[in-house]
Amino acid sequence: MAQVTFELVSPERLLLSKPVDMVVLPGSEGLFGVLAGHAPLIATLRPGVLDVHENGSVTERIFVGGGFAEVTPDRCVVLAETATPMKDIDREAVAAKVATLSAADPAGALRPIGEDPVPSELDIARAMLAAVDGLPF
Amino acid sequence: MPSLKDLRLRIRSVKSTQKITSAMKMVAAAKLRRAQEQAEAARPYADRLGRMIGSLAGSFGPGEAPALLVGNDSPVHLVLFATADRGLCGAFNTSIVRETRAMIRELEAAGRQVKLLPIGRKGRDLLRKEFGDRYVDTLDFMGKKKVGFADVETAAVKVRQMFDAGEIGAATIIFARFKSAISQIVSRRQLIPATIPEAKPSNAANSAQAGPQALYEYEPDEEQILQALLPRNLSVQIYTAVLENFASEHGARMTAMDNATRNAGDMINKLTLNYNRQRQATITKELIEIISGAEAV
Repeated sequence: MAQVTFELVSPERLLLSKPVDMVVLPGSEGLFGVLAGHAPLIATLRPGVLDVHENGSVTERIFVGGGFAEVTPDRCVVLAETATPMKDIDREAVAAKVATLSAADPAGALRPIGEDPVPSELDIARAMLAAVDGLPF
Repeated sequence: MPSLKDLRLRIRSVKSTQKITSAMKMVAAAKLRRAQEQAEAARPYADRLGRMIGSLAGSFGPGEAPALLVGNDSPVHLVLFATADRGLCGAFNTSIVRETRAMIRELEAAGRQVKLLPIGRKGRDLLRKEFGDRYVDTLDFMGKKKVGFADVETAAVKVRQMFDAGEIGAATIIFARFKSAISQIVSRRQLIPATIPEAKPSNAANSAQAGPQALYEYEPDEEQILQALLPRNLSVQIYTAVLENFASEHGARMTAMDNATRNAGDMINKLTLNYNRQRQATITKELIEIISGAEAV
């Protein structure tokens, strides 16, 4: 099966670069999967989980705090400001962060995530919490 | 004429200075390598972001491009200038400050108002007396081992807020571009209006299609993506400038300390020569005294 080169880049460094079978990205207009030969696309991402598929199973799940994706037929580049592997997320710490940030901004705590093109810290923390709990958001 | 003892003390003090400067040189060299690696690591993100903006910006006619791309009509120009937090790095800080001063004069001669945002302690202190009332915010990295993106983001947010509020109409950052360990070039980078990187035609990413520029689909539309990209680009431009400035700082310090070490070596040689000569002179004088004393008997 043809593979697509997946690159995950943060402002500080190149986090990941390897050929994979498929990646599923949290686009701001919905999840989308990228396989080799995908039409060229530039999309914004909302805070959410990015799945890397290899050999028919998900090999990596990474939380990104919003960003951009550039897709060409043989490459998929994700520019993310923050990226944390799901297994490294500490639920308690995230929950505490959501609580403190919500207290500071009660209106923001009720706003749908992804409404603002530049997600706030609170949005990212809420999305992270939901992702850990496996809830839809 | 200094006495022998004075000379001896002097030589000892210069020697210990030399030890310090040579140690500082080693430290700067190690830090330079780390700073260079960091600047290198930040490059892919900036490159790809620039490429995206390049391919997006072409699709806007005049008058409909987002404000960050064209600026607004506020007469205020914000100048960010990045310097080191510490001294002892030769003319590094002064040359950046000189360039800043020149730019302020240029802008004011053109009838614009200038606001300043110093990044780094030295520059902030050097210009405080002259232009302290124009500082909108300050930023330094004292006590930080390395500069993270989040550290710089605060400055970027400030710039963005001021721009959105119409307080500033343009922004430029002055920093030392890293050419090599011995050569740093003070340069300006325009932040607002955003400079659009030239789209490079023969890019590896575009290999699969016939045209020089891929025909992208956009999701959501171009305008919304660009609106999200440009603020990000602003932060990244500031971040990469600061990183490069960091590498330059350590390069400059390394060269300065290398020179200082060499100068101290020269000085020690001269002082030692002087010391030996004087010691010999004393011995000769004593001998003459003894001999002439013996002759007189």
